[in-house]
Amino acid sequence: MGLLRDLLFTFRAFFETFGALSLFLLRLAVYTPRALVRRFPLIVAQVHNTGALSLVIIMICGFFVGMVLGLQGYDTLSRFDSEDILGAATALALLKELGPVITALLFAGRAGTALASEIGLMKATDQLSAMEMMAVDPLRRVVVPRFVGGVVAMPFLAAIFSTIGIAGAFLVGVGLMDVDSGTFWAQMRNNVDPEDVWEGVFKSFVFGIAASVLAVFEGYNCVPTAEGVGRATTRTVVLTAIAVLVLDYIITAALL
Amino acid sequence: MSDQRDDNIVKIRGLCFARGQRRIFDNLTIDIQRGHVTAIMGPSGTGKTTLLRLITGQLLPDRGEILVNGYHVHRSSRAELYEMRRNIGMLFQNGALLTDYSVFENVAFPLREHTNLPDRLIRHVVLTKLHAVGLRGAAQLMPSELSGGMARRVALARAIVMDPDLLIYDEPFAGLDPISMGVVVRLIRQMNDALGISSIVVSHDVDEITAVADRSYLLSDGRVVASGRPGELAKDGSAIVRQFMHGMADGPVPFHYPAPDYSAQLLGRDQD
Repeated sequence: MGLLRDLLFTFRAFFETFGALSLFLLRLAVYTPRALVRRFPLIVAQVHNTGALSLVIIMICGFFVGMVLGLQGYDTLSRFDSEDILGAATALALLKELGPVITALLFAGRAGTALASEIGLMKATDQLSAMEMMAVDPLRRVVVPRFVGGVVAMPFLAAIFSTIGIAGAFLVGVGLMDVDSGTFWAQMRNNVDPEDVWEGVFKSFVFGIAASVLAVFEGYNCVPTAEGVGRATTRTVVLTAIAVLVLDYIITAALL
Repeated sequence: MSDQRDDNIVKIRGLCFARGQRRIFDNLTIDIQRGHVTAIMGPSGTGKTTLLRLITGQLLPDRGEILVNGYHVHRSSRAELYEMRRNIGMLFQNGALLTDYSVFENVAFPLREHTNLPDRLIRHVVLTKLHAVGLRGAAQLMPSELSGGMARRVALARAIVMDPDLLIYDEPFAGLDPISMGVVVRLIRQMNDALGISSIVVSHDVDEITAVADRSYLLSDGRVVASGRPGELAKDGSAIVRQFMHGMADGPVPFHYPAPDYSAQLLGRDQD
């Protein structure tokens, strides 16, 4: 009986949190159009915070993921005498899957944690209450610009990740493994359709919404103590990782 | 909204509030007079800060009514609540300055959010308010560069920048050195009289409150146990008032948290 009760309690807590998150996202969506007009400079600042400041980690990781793809791709494809399609294979893998997914996971680790802890600390130090008392809605002033900034930054970060990744794969495939340079690019051009690119863009946009809303939700609703902020930061990374991988499967299955 | 020109800027009637099983306020009734500095005192944990959050509409009471400047706080819409708060300045215990902004931008924040004043005028107003709290020279400092007393003075400048009718201070003296404390005491009185506003000061620093308040309420166990001029409270005969006003360690508010018998616990008999 105890186990059943615990299970029911866990399910109930999950659906309550999911409901609260959905309502929170709905409120952000309603506030976003006005914020785009009224708080545009704040949004630009947040695109810089979440996007530009994540560039280094995105570029380094993209480069190495691309290089590994070049090595592993070459090794696998050469067993079937198909190393000529290395360019197409790495580009498809990066554009459709690895680019959006790994970027979202890195985004959660770099920008998501920063957003959650920043908002959580503002709550813990009464800065959000002070805004409320100055008749300024912290949801519109603090949360919406950060959410929109993350959503805008993510597709660009994913595009940069994939581009650098392809460059890394090219360097390894052509530079080290002697795949023909012309073949590398020609196979890519022949086999990668605009729909493949759009699939990646769509995914990164959805992941951007998921990663950003989870980060700001966790920060805004954290227990306003040092431990509470720490827990919110950890939950941001864990929940974003799960959400991104589940959403990735759903979108891939729907688009195939 | 009802008539704004009441003698009392805040009226609390029959307020009941509980957190879980713990009753914080039980049928609390308080009037805060316009133009006066009113002190709300009480031992730690009596719900003084909770009372401020109820007055400003950040918490909802279980029963009772709070009127602030004519607004029925808990029957007001969100827009009305924000309208009401524009006429209230609140000083948080730790200042609650926005850590990403300089002192100048912190004080300018309400003006930038609620008005379309040109930058030159905002600068003028902000410098005037900073001058009033003696920190015009610190305008370009960041909050992390300020001492506790300075941060509270900046927060005070920010609280008065919209020229409110009511200023609320939550533990304004906590953790301040005697000089900063003296400055804050003087500023509370000065702001109240010079700006013609009303002030609520929540504190348990008896000496400072006595120096600044026109009227005091002493809370204990969720209700008002004494009220009047601070001098009158000092002469009050009841045990709880005497214990609080004279800082006695034991009395109606016990020194010891409820515990089993001391010797029985030391001998381990409570574990049998």
